[in-house]
Amino acid sequence: MSVTQQNILEQFDDRSLWQRLIWRDWLWALLVLSGSGYVYAHYVEFMDIYEIGILGGTTLGLISVGWAWRPAQALSLIVTLLSLGSIALYGDSLAAADSNFFLKYLISSQSAIMWMSALYVLATATYFLALFMRSEFTAKVASALTWSATTMGLVGLMVRWRESYLISPDVGHIPVSNLYEVFILFSIITALLYLFYEGRYRTRALGGFVLLVISAAVGFLLWYTFGREAQHIAPLVPALQSYWMKIHVPANFIGYGAFSVAAMVGFAYLFRHHQEQRPGGAVNSRLPELELLDDVMYKSIALGFAFFTLATILGALWAAEAWGGYWSWDPKETWALIVWLNYAAWLHMRLTKGWRGTPMAWWAVIGLFVTIFAFLGVNMFLSGLHSYGEL
Amino acid sequence: MSTVSNSQSRAVSRSSVLLEFLGSMNLAITLLVTVAVASIIGTVLKQNEAYQNYIVKFGPFWFETFKSLGLFDVYSAGWFLVILTFLVISTSVCIYRNAPQMLRDMRSYRLNVQEQSLRAFHASHSWTLALPGAEIERHITAVMRSNGYRMRRKDHGDHQVIAAMNGTFNRLGYIFTHTAIVTICIGGLLDGNLPLKLKEMSGQIKIESRDLPASQVPRESWLSVQNPSFRGSVTVPEGSSANIVFLQLRDGYLVQPLPFTIELKDFRIEHYESGMPKSFESDLVIREPDQEPVTATIAVNHPLIYKGYAIYQSSFNDGGTHLNLSAWGLGRAKVEQEDFKSSVFEKLRVDTAQGPMTLELNDFRLFNINPADEGSGKRFRNFGPNFTFKLRNAAGEAREFENYMLPVEFDGRGYFLSGMRDSVAEPFFYLHIPADPKGSLSRFMRFNALLQDTDRVAQIAQETTRQTFAEAQLEKPELLKEVAATMQRLVTLFAHGGFDAVAEQVEKSVPEAKRREVLDAYIKVLRNILTALYFDVLTTEGVDVSAGVTEADSQFYDDSINALTVLTKYGSPFFLELKTFEHVQASGLQIARAPGKLVVYSGFALLIAGIFVMFYIQHRRLWFWVREGAAGTELLFAGTGNREQRDFRLEFDRLIRALDQQLRSG
Repeated sequence: MSVTQQNILEQFDDRSLWQRLIWRDWLWALLVLSGSGYVYAHYVEFMDIYEIGILGGTTLGLISVGWAWRPAQALSLIVTLLSLGSIALYGDSLAAADSNFFLKYLISSQSAIMWMSALYVLATATYFLALFMRSEFTAKVASALTWSATTMGLVGLMVRWRESYLISPDVGHIPVSNLYEVFILFSIITALLYLFYEGRYRTRALGGFVLLVISAAVGFLLWYTFGREAQHIAPLVPALQSYWMKIHVPANFIGYGAFSVAAMVGFAYLFRHHQEQRPGGAVNSRLPELELLDDVMYKSIALGFAFFTLATILGALWAAEAWGGYWSWDPKETWALIVWLNYAAWLHMRLTKGWRGTPMAWWAVIGLFVTIFAFLGVNMFLSGLHSYGEL
Repeated sequence: MSTVSNSQSRAVSRSSVLLEFLGSMNLAITLLVTVAVASIIGTVLKQNEAYQNYIVKFGPFWFETFKSLGLFDVYSAGWFLVILTFLVISTSVCIYRNAPQMLRDMRSYRLNVQEQSLRAFHASHSWTLALPGAEIERHITAVMRSNGYRMRRKDHGDHQVIAAMNGTFNRLGYIFTHTAIVTICIGGLLDGNLPLKLKEMSGQIKIESRDLPASQVPRESWLSVQNPSFRGSVTVPEGSSANIVFLQLRDGYLVQPLPFTIELKDFRIEHYESGMPKSFESDLVIREPDQEPVTATIAVNHPLIYKGYAIYQSSFNDGGTHLNLSAWGLGRAKVEQEDFKSSVFEKLRVDTAQGPMTLELNDFRLFNINPADEGSGKRFRNFGPNFTFKLRNAAGEAREFENYMLPVEFDGRGYFLSGMRDSVAEPFFYLHIPADPKGSLSRFMRFNALLQDTDRVAQIAQETTRQTFAEAQLEKPELLKEVAATMQRLVTLFAHGGFDAVAEQVEKSVPEAKRREVLDAYIKVLRNILTALYFDVLTTEGVDVSAGVTEADSQFYDDSINALTVLTKYGSPFFLELKTFEHVQASGLQIARAPGKLVVYSGFALLIAGIFVMFYIQHRRLWFWVREGAAGTELLFAGTGNREQRDFRLEFDRLIRALDQQLRSG
């Protein structure tokens, strides 16, 4: 798929944000606000001041994400409806998962996550097929598969959240507490970031590359489920029982997800660059032009860096409350610092030394390995305070 | 980090060269990467372990090498701190060199721009219009204002220049982030180990590595109560109090006195169904001379901040639970039971048949939750309280035991469980002693003692043999005597080595061809005598065995035989039974004083603000060069963005279209 200057220009609207909003956006804001209002009215007695703050922040966040990126509105609505449907089917007994058809095969958290896994892998293959066949239709199918997988993943997490409360109210917690749960989160966030760029830059050619990482994550998830029985919901250790978890972990995974997207775009960059070395390669390439790839790579790393910094700082604040110090040189902390330093150096090179192109693409790819080590390797090979998901 | 190049020729002095070097991008990148690589060492090599562990792991040569490089405590090693200091200096120099220029840049509209340089810009566009200059300027102002640009105008006589800017805050992003790094590092340094390190190097303090009670720790390992920053821990049992904390450092510790006393009134712990701790909290009373005591409850994630000291709930432990124990002698011909009192963490000297030994009571646990059996309808079951102890012989070798207080039920029958192992690396190997109908150890202990009682065994052996001979109408006194003696010998063998010992004996003394046959005969004889001995035990208890035994008593016999077999490898001359206990818990507290925290947190705020400003606000400059001439008014439009050229180009094209529309419509 080729990108013309014209269709990029179309995105640049002369109107300001407020002028750009259409009736649908206001309806969206109203919906989110009424949803939050309902939650507040019914559950405020169970929330502390921080959780009320998180609810407020989530409300504003959802409204602005929906405004800035309209497809997020439909996604959120469908996820909400499916999740509420599943919760209604459950009633107040987990046993319903074995008897109800829809729960058993579709929207219990386990089934939804299995659907997510299958759909992501299918989407990856379809994206590559589209690239190979130069078929716009196939690419659209791949996009649709990715959207569906993301929907199922989000439903899986939402329902799992509810299921944890059905096990026992004191077991209930947001499903971002162990390696199994964050792998789902990672897949979803990476896919969402990719889908955003796909819409923004109007190119589906990068889908296969980015979804390779997600497919790898899904592979791990399946092994973790069937090889290690890691899918069971476990209660939280006291140190994790904090509102900080609700913000620290997702912020971190926006960072990890964005770094992964950057690395895979970097990979696509190297691929196209390699093609261009051959005569006629540039014309034949199905990938977007190098300048655009370079731009997406930078934007993704900048986004990842911003959120990773935020997440690390939130982690430090949490550590100060739970472990008695904002920094303990715990292996996970130290590796977060290493990842941070690595991308800080990358950004300095690009922004002040003006480095572009192949070396930066290589660096972004290597950066992914550093990130993976921080995310997974530390749990596998090193011990420390952060041992919430051992392998 | 040097984004602004100074084209003016500068006198080359030594200090400016140094400044140039310290503020250079290359040094900054090198330092970033060096810190990253050095940090890896500390995550791969476990930090601050006991030195003994390192010696075992690396051998004496590498141990010494690593030690002298400070690799066992990388993050407070001199060289690591030097790198960090360089990073701070480099960043500071960078700010010093660039910030003034950037601040000027934010205000300067550069109205004296030359036509030639504007034409040279990548982004430039020109019009020749039939409109008067003033009207064009009005249109430009309208378009720019609606797009959020600020403007300045300068009349150069033959031409006018309008300069526009937006996103000047982007420059603050640079200043914020870099100041933040310096701030965070300085704050961290205030709270870090640096002051301790200096004191240690100057010989003012010495790390204590012996395991001593606080009162015996020499003065040189004590820190001043005024010490502004530290992070230490202390374990306080219920009902006790503490006014010191221990700072773990490398292979030892330092003692940090507190200006107040912390008393632990009560410690509470809640568990999930699975036995995992759900929450734990401590009721504390803080006392200070001439002050009202302060009471507070702390829990994980909910510390208490008292006068700049943060008190955290970090762990829990046994606080020296009082145990009422009973030692059943094993390997004696009489049931001997000795009651005594002790408590967890005590060490007792005991004289045994195997020589003097030390009994070290290590731990007590109130709950022991284990997965329940399949089909029981429950997921977990509680095995009840247990305690662990070590039995150390004169040579220093220890065997560890884990005894449960109450009989644990398996298949409807109760057993006293006792686990044992020779090293912590092994799993426990369990002895299951069946509980008698009263739920006590008595019957088993009597049975066990009877096996050792040679006189009584001889007597029962003769009675049994006589009875058997009588039933078979045999009258061979010689044979009778021999069989009885064999029985007695087999019982002794069994009592010392179980059935294995009998088999071994057969292997040693019988030719191979006949072994099987002899062993079968021996086992049969042994079973007869053991049954007879068991009946004797039952009879002493007052059970009538004339019409056979109940199913339960028969099960008890089987279980006893199994337990007796295991007992031969038990390795303790007595069995410790826990009669009653008085639970004392202890709370692990972590106490920290971190005056640099606020500095660090303000650095955090600056960093976050700076990063988002830097990435998401673009600094853009635009110029309009207007000159009225004979052929019409010439308008030259050019601009530059400080980064993200692609986005700037799109914005610039959009503005051209907007201007075009406006100028044409006007």
